[in-house]
Amino acid sequence: MGFQDFWATITEPRVLASYKLSFLTALTAAFVNAVFGVLIAWVLTRYEFPGKRIIDGLVDLPFALPTAVAGITLTTLYSPNGWIGQFFSFKIAFTPVGIIIALIFIGLPFVVRMVQPVLENIEKGMEEASASLGANRMQTFIKIIFPELIPAILTGFALSFARALGEYGSVVFIAGNMPFKTEISPLIIMTKLEQYDYEGATAVAAVMLIITFIILFTINILQWWTGKRYSGK
Amino acid sequence: MSIIIENVTKYYGSYQALQNINLEIKSGELVALLGPSGSGKTSLLRIIAGLEQAENGKILFNEENYTHMHVKDRNVGFVFQHYALFRNMTIFDNIAYGLKVRPRKTRPSKDVIAQKVTELLQLVKLEGYKDRYPSQLSGGQRQRVALARALAVEPNILLLDEPFGALDAKVRKELRRWLRRLHDEFNVTSVFVTHDQEEAMDVADRVVIMNEGKIEQIGTPEEVYDHPENPFVFDFLGSVNLFKGNVHKGKLVTGNAEMSAPGSEDGAGTGYVRNHNFIIEREPSEKDSIASIIEHIHTIGPIVRIEVIRQDTNEPLEIELMKEQYLNLEISKGERVFVRPKELKVFVDFMAGI
Repeated sequence: MGFQDFWATITEPRVLASYKLSFLTALTAAFVNAVFGVLIAWVLTRYEFPGKRIIDGLVDLPFALPTAVAGITLTTLYSPNGWIGQFFSFKIAFTPVGIIIALIFIGLPFVVRMVQPVLENIEKGMEEASASLGANRMQTFIKIIFPELIPAILTGFALSFARALGEYGSVVFIAGNMPFKTEISPLIIMTKLEQYDYEGATAVAAVMLIITFIILFTINILQWWTGKRYSGK
Repeated sequence: MSIIIENVTKYYGSYQALQNINLEIKSGELVALLGPSGSGKTSLLRIIAGLEQAENGKILFNEENYTHMHVKDRNVGFVFQHYALFRNMTIFDNIAYGLKVRPRKTRPSKDVIAQKVTELLQLVKLEGYKDRYPSQLSGGQRQRVALARALAVEPNILLLDEPFGALDAKVRKELRRWLRRLHDEFNVTSVFVTHDQEEAMDVADRVVIMNEGKIEQIGTPEEVYDHPENPFVFDFLGSVNLFKGNVHKGKLVTGNAEMSAPGSEDGAGTGYVRNHNFIIEREPSEKDSIASIIEHIHTIGPIVRIEVIRQDTNEPLEIELMKEQYLNLEISKGERVFVRPKELKVFVDFMAGI
């Protein structure tokens, strides 16, 4: 495969649409996870309530559940007449929104499990010091706790994003896989492989690899930069 | 600002950490809460600060009830044993924090804050460190930053929780002298917690000795050292030797020795003698001379610590002599000598027979 063929393969409109869909849905899901993962971790570390340990265990469910099972279940729930889907006036399953929901589901544990131990280990004295100096809870969270969490949130975000980008099993069920609309890049790679177009599949995969690398690299630099401030070197 | 603590009680689950504590601290005083771990001294300090709530009792600042006021509204400076500096902020920002988080109406301008922080940095002798992060400082420097941070908000009361506990002996000594000078300069009412009796005696105007959630004695360092009110205080402030025996007609009979114990009630009693309040002689001179065999001799700088075994009861005694006295005696290990207490305090046993 020459450069021209390579370029033609990776700039094919259907492939471009799939890149856009894959990266946008993965990023959106990672953002949602970063917010709600921190919330869940916060509740799990700071509050006592009945059934806390069960909820804590449930966080890992997406890790254990086969992705196909997750995909089929989510599709059933969110289809227009499913348990949850029936309450929405717009379609969720078989649209990008459905893809995002599946990606949120499989990526959530990464953020929770990254942030939780950091929250548990934050020195209580720092919060108490902040309060004794006259800061309210909000100021303490924004100025003291949140900066401590940034590295963990970034890592959780990166992991969640990386996982979402490569996710295949659950998405193919809920996406509907309509070209230009709900067809993700991993599916294009899969389709090309099934047609014995190994070179085409490799080309699409290579582009994904490069973009992912750039994004993860940027996140790592951010992490290094935030981490450097505390290490004192 | 004066502090009055009235009938404060604190439980952790079913464990009673503080039992009916009553304490008055005068404005401008520097008071040490001294006691072994688990004595409730830190709980009491945290209740004064408002970091913890008492189950019962009242806390008054300048005769105003502060019992249920939130810590952020009490305007107390709190210094933590492990500094609790904000890791993600520079030294400058750490010290400025208390001023920066004020509501806009009472917040000083940026220039005023900068000026104030610079003054405090000079005070704690860390002028060149304002752009560093806490992790780049040594323990002693960090604790000075923590102090400056607490002083920045001009607190009514300064509370210190084992402030020098995590530092090495030399830095500790330096810092406590410095704290004393600082206190004399600012005259802010201060309470600090320590388990180190030397530290408490060295720095405080008054010492509050606590044990098992109760106050054992309150007094100036001289008072508590020279006139301990009970065996616990005696034992806690410096090392002591115990002479168990019986008091009869003003004499404590222990083993073969008879010691004068004027004013003591008859019954089972224990004589307390500090390690340095002994005379060692080669010949018996009085009825309270105790024949003993020298077991060990350790020289620790200017002091010589001698361990002897009483021949009558086979109990060990620890005696401290100045090096000069020791050299004049010309004694050595294994020799038989006579030991005589110079000063004895007898407490009648509450639980005789144990």
